[in-house]
Amino acid sequence: MSNKIYEFPKSIKKDVIPHYCGGCAHGVVHKLIGQVMDELGIQGDVILAAPVGCAVFAYRYLDIDGLESPHGRAGAVATGLKRAHPDKIVMTYQGDGDLLAIGASETLHAANRGEGIVTFFVNNAIYGMTGGQMAPTTMPGQVSSTTPFGRKVEDAGYPMKGCELLNTLERPYYIERCSTHDVKHILKTKAAIKKAFEYQKENKGYCLVEILGICTTNWGMGAVESTEWLIKEMLPYFPLKVFRDKGVRTDA
Amino acid sequence: MKKKILMRGNDAVAEAVIRAGCRHYYGYPITPQNEIPEYLAQKFPELGGTFVQAESEIAAACMVLGSSAAGVRTMTSTSSPGMTLKLEAISYMSGARLPCVIVNVMRGGPGLGNIAGSQSDYFQATKGGAHGDYQSIVLAPENVQEFADQTMLAFDLSDKYRVVAMVLGDGYLGQMSEPVVLPDPVQSVPKKPWALTGKKGRDQQVLASLRLLPDALGNHNIDLQNLYAEITKAEVRFDSYMTEDADYLIVAYGTCARVSRTAIKALRNSGIKVGLFRPITLWPFPSAQIGELAKKVKKILTIEMCMGQMVQDVRLSVGCKTEVDLYGVAGGVIPDVDKIVERIKSYE
Repeated sequence: MSNKIYEFPKSIKKDVIPHYCGGCAHGVVHKLIGQVMDELGIQGDVILAAPVGCAVFAYRYLDIDGLESPHGRAGAVATGLKRAHPDKIVMTYQGDGDLLAIGASETLHAANRGEGIVTFFVNNAIYGMTGGQMAPTTMPGQVSSTTPFGRKVEDAGYPMKGCELLNTLERPYYIERCSTHDVKHILKTKAAIKKAFEYQKENKGYCLVEILGICTTNWGMGAVESTEWLIKEMLPYFPLKVFRDKGVRTDA
Repeated sequence: MKKKILMRGNDAVAEAVIRAGCRHYYGYPITPQNEIPEYLAQKFPELGGTFVQAESEIAAACMVLGSSAAGVRTMTSTSSPGMTLKLEAISYMSGARLPCVIVNVMRGGPGLGNIAGSQSDYFQATKGGAHGDYQSIVLAPENVQEFADQTMLAFDLSDKYRVVAMVLGDGYLGQMSEPVVLPDPVQSVPKKPWALTGKKGRDQQVLASLRLLPDALGNHNIDLQNLYAEITKAEVRFDSYMTEDADYLIVAYGTCARVSRTAIKALRNSGIKVGLFRPITLWPFPSAQIGELAKKVKKILTIEMCMGQMVQDVRLSVGCKTEVDLYGVAGGVIPDVDKIVERIKSYE
């Protein structure tokens, strides 16, 4: 007799062909979220505040109630959802431009109020949907369509560190940065997503999981090169760690 | 008889918000509407309401968007510069068919302008303001009583049609105190089967304005236009005063209508027959009614606390049948009764 060891997540729609590019991290992150929702049995209780950007159609793939947010405003939109439905799980799914540029204010203040929401923040150091422009997390020297000679920090500043910024606030409950560059780290990302959703089930408060991923199309590299670039360029600047976990006893 | 109490316009609006069954308010401080959030911040805790002072007008309107999608009655209030920032969410809510109420206590512009009452957001309120082909229902109160009543009405209209409903007051109406009979509290609020509650027990529901394919977005826009035509047919509201025998017609709303009534009395005392037509819905605009009246009068004077915005709708309503003059004041200046009298007399 054989054991089923892999199953397509129930929380992800099977009949929809995703629009994501080959190699894109979004597919991996969607799958992890779907798996975790299945494992926790929360699919029917989650409401998504979708972003603007590559994941604008996240509700086409995740089989959960979904609401469109204006660009960057998912933190505020999710606030309105959660305040009206304190017994539901409200998640946002946002990219770097959405979360840290146009939505920086909404992100910071939702976290500062300690809204009972979870944010999955996919950082691929570039604007994907609009065609590869500089993001707030674009690396120094990184070429994008609006930094054709590489990001100059004298002009555009340094990449913004979302987790570190939010970690200055008192109210957030859980903040972790993960990555999707290899299987080991994908599994760690899944564990972080699961922890964040568990905290939401328990109404613990604001959680953010940042997930580093590649953008082969707009980085102009193959999947292997992109992954190597993420490891070499992004990991030293965006350290993978748990910045905040109020669910862990620190006196142990 | 119900008891009349003396209330400031903004306080009466806030009390009407409570009586309309709204328990989700999101706002950002701006003069001259601050008494609305302050009143609700005081009252909501005992009512189990949600009051959030947002980080910006943009965020406040997006919180309204979120709560609206969740299926509850929700609103925000602001004044002109803040209204500009809320337009983003209004466009999205209009595209996603999300109801909400927005009270704009208008102040002088452009830019920071000042904090005195004004009517210079007429175009912004009635012609869209934000991007895309959309309309909001726009109600214009003339006094504190109407400010409260129309706030209640705005919730009903917004829920009925799933559009944004605005109450367009001004700094004078917000700040003045008048006797008011408070409307009765609603007994229940409408159920919203389209709301997002998590998909448990049913199929997924999505609320969005996004329709990527041209045909899909084109058809969505046609549906919206059909809805707007339905609203235009059913919801035009107006008031007329001494128009039956009028030789001259004043068209004015809000604070300007109040001043006009005084001028009309003075003019009638000197034997000049003048009437007032007051649009109550600025959108849908009472075009047909103005068009009919235009056939009977010699000349029309539009009076506005701006440099002439509604006058364009009056002229469109009238066609070339009758000459339409404008008396516009700006910056918080209130139209002068003597100047209105003088202007009408000059037509003789």
